[in-house]
Amino acid sequence: MRGNLDRFVDTFLNTKVMLKYLPDILSGVVVTIELALLIVVTGIAAGLALALLRSLGIRPLNWLIIGIVDLFRSLPPLVVIVLIYFGLPSVDLSPSGFVSTWLSLALVLMAFAEEIFWAGITSVAKGQWEAARSTGLSFGQTLMNVVLPQAFRLTIPPLTNRTIAITKGTALGTVVAVTEILGQASSAMSNSYNPSPLMMGAAAYIVLFFPVVVAARWVETKFAWKR
Amino acid sequence: MNRPIVDARGLHKHFGALHVLKGVDLRVAERELVFVIGPSGSGKSTLLRCLNRLEEPSSGSVVVDGIDMLDPRTDINHARQRIGMVFQSFNLYPHMTALGNVTLALRKVAGKSRASADALGKAALERVGLADRAGHTPGQLSGGQQQRVAIARAVALEPRVMLFDEPTSALDPELVGSVLEVMRSLRESGMTMIVVSHEMGFARNAADRVVFMDEGAIVEQGPPAMIFEHPAQERTRTFIGQIQRH
Amino acid sequence: MIQTFFNLEIIAASWPIVLAGLRNTVLLSLLVVPLGLVGGLILALLASVKYPVVRWPLMAWVDFFRAFPPLVLLILLFAGLPFAGLELGGFVCVAVAFFLNTGAYYGEILRAGIDSVPAGQVEAARSTGLSRLQAMAYVVLPQAVRNVLPDLLSNTLEVVKLTSLGSVVAVPELLYQARQAQSITYNPTPIVVAAIVYFLMLWPVVRLLSRLENRALAGRY
Repeated sequence: MRGNLDRFVDTFLNTKVMLKYLPDILSGVVVTIELALLIVVTGIAAGLALALLRSLGIRPLNWLIIGIVDLFRSLPPLVVIVLIYFGLPSVDLSPSGFVSTWLSLALVLMAFAEEIFWAGITSVAKGQWEAARSTGLSFGQTLMNVVLPQAFRLTIPPLTNRTIAITKGTALGTVVAVTEILGQASSAMSNSYNPSPLMMGAAAYIVLFFPVVVAARWVETKFAWKR
Repeated sequence: MNRPIVDARGLHKHFGALHVLKGVDLRVAERELVFVIGPSGSGKSTLLRCLNRLEEPSSGSVVVDGIDMLDPRTDINHARQRIGMVFQSFNLYPHMTALGNVTLALRKVAGKSRASADALGKAALERVGLADRAGHTPGQLSGGQQQRVAIARAVALEPRVMLFDEPTSALDPELVGSVLEVMRSLRESGMTMIVVSHEMGFARNAADRVVFMDEGAIVEQGPPAMIFEHPAQERTRTFIGQIQRH
Repeated sequence: MIQTFFNLEIIAASWPIVLAGLRNTVLLSLLVVPLGLVGGLILALLASVKYPVVRWPLMAWVDFFRAFPPLVLLILLFAGLPFAGLELGGFVCVAVAFFLNTGAYYGEILRAGIDSVPAGQVEAARSTGLSRLQAMAYVVLPQAVRNVLPDLLSNTLEVVKLTSLGSVVAVPELLYQARQAQSITYNPTPIVVAAIVYFLMLWPVVRLLSRLENRALAGRY
């Protein structure tokens, strides 16, 4: 019994191997965080921009927006990454693995964020628009001061959930040789022929994302709307 | 009285630090209609819910139709078929028709076949005057109709006693009458009923006994004429006075 | 550009491989969606027990598997377990990883659904003699599922998209086959074809979801 436990620890939690590759994993953490932050900022900003454009009510523009949004809601993120990384070189564009992953996940987040923002905007009752406009506020002022603050409350819970789900996709960057956590852990694992780096990588992901998920749960209850 | 059909003794109920029932005894004879009145927070609903163990008493005993409701060995689901309950907020199942609501327990607890359950269900709906609405869902029924379906749901299991927890408090005034009608006819058919309600007119005409509760204890009980006209206790007098002012 | 991305010859040549991939994606989905739902249902039912002793570890489990990227879990099972002497095939690893990951998500959704059913429903059911299990099965769950149907649908969509992860552990689903074809022909057309297939397959669900969500919102005001 003792022997088995020792063997397990020696294999999966080998301190020597873990210490050796700790710097690699940590640099992977930095890359993961960079990637995640880029995705979140650009994805949400783009999604908000699309939702605001949609609120202008220009028919052909709306169809285009809906088309784009539907596209990136239907495609698996990994497919988008592969398409960009392996496809674009054929038209003389060679995005790096990092850029491909960032672009793909940002586009996917943009699509979901647009839907969530749009749902928030449309759910603010028409009466609010009418009241504000009737007091002389312009379209832009109404949007900024009356509608968006109310829409905000509704969008926080689904938005945080969706953002977390998508940023976990940074792990997909491994497939296109991005040196984020999983990528580093995988190479370390094959180089040392020992799975301990992978355990470290898994632990790194948990340390990064578990608090975020718990915080999101707290945020959800705070912004929960009364039925 | 001869062996009471409901025999509750020394009921205490604590909700955390709150002592809601303070040693309540209640004995109800067969075919009796007992009306329970009192200010909100007096423990009336809690008392009722202890009788079919929807609320777990902190101490005391409850025996209904010879079954010890608090004994862990009692098959509580089987026992509950003998006690019908009607709620203030109806609690009809929105995803089923009126007939579906009435027959669910018949099929799953009493083990009746679908055909037999449907027949019994239709008969129960007939009894409350809603046989023609058997196929309607609760959303398509008025409040009074929903409550009558809820009564049919309880009655269909042929209970020995029925508990009513403020059955008309959530209804618009013009719909109250239809529900009271059904309750009156139930009484006439000999059902034992314990009713928590503010409908004093109904109490005056139909109740055998009125029980006045305040702050978790029974203050006074007796025939409606006595309680409403010559209550013995000061607190009863105050309460009756407040009610009659409305 | 057409020659690059929509090369007809290559489409014709790689079509059988891609089709086989599509078949496997569908089969995989038909396996993992029910698996996830069952896992979620178990979690949600466990969570409906009132004791905080049970609820807290359950929430920790759910949050753990919502925080853990599915690909990492998959790689851990596929490349890590062999070191413990356990060589599960890519397919089994996908099944286990998905059961754990999507089970947590479905569990959250179903738990919220069950919580949304008013307590009076259970009381009424129990007062007519229905057992706790019967009340859950006939009264609570039908209403719970109805209440969270858009979320369930949305998550199912995500699960189907997630099957593309199988390509990383050599499960011959659609993306894997497309990438194989691409590396053989040195042409990205098969991947474009796979993307189009995914789109055609999933877009109707996306549209349906949009409509459901909008209708739910209209009801709120």
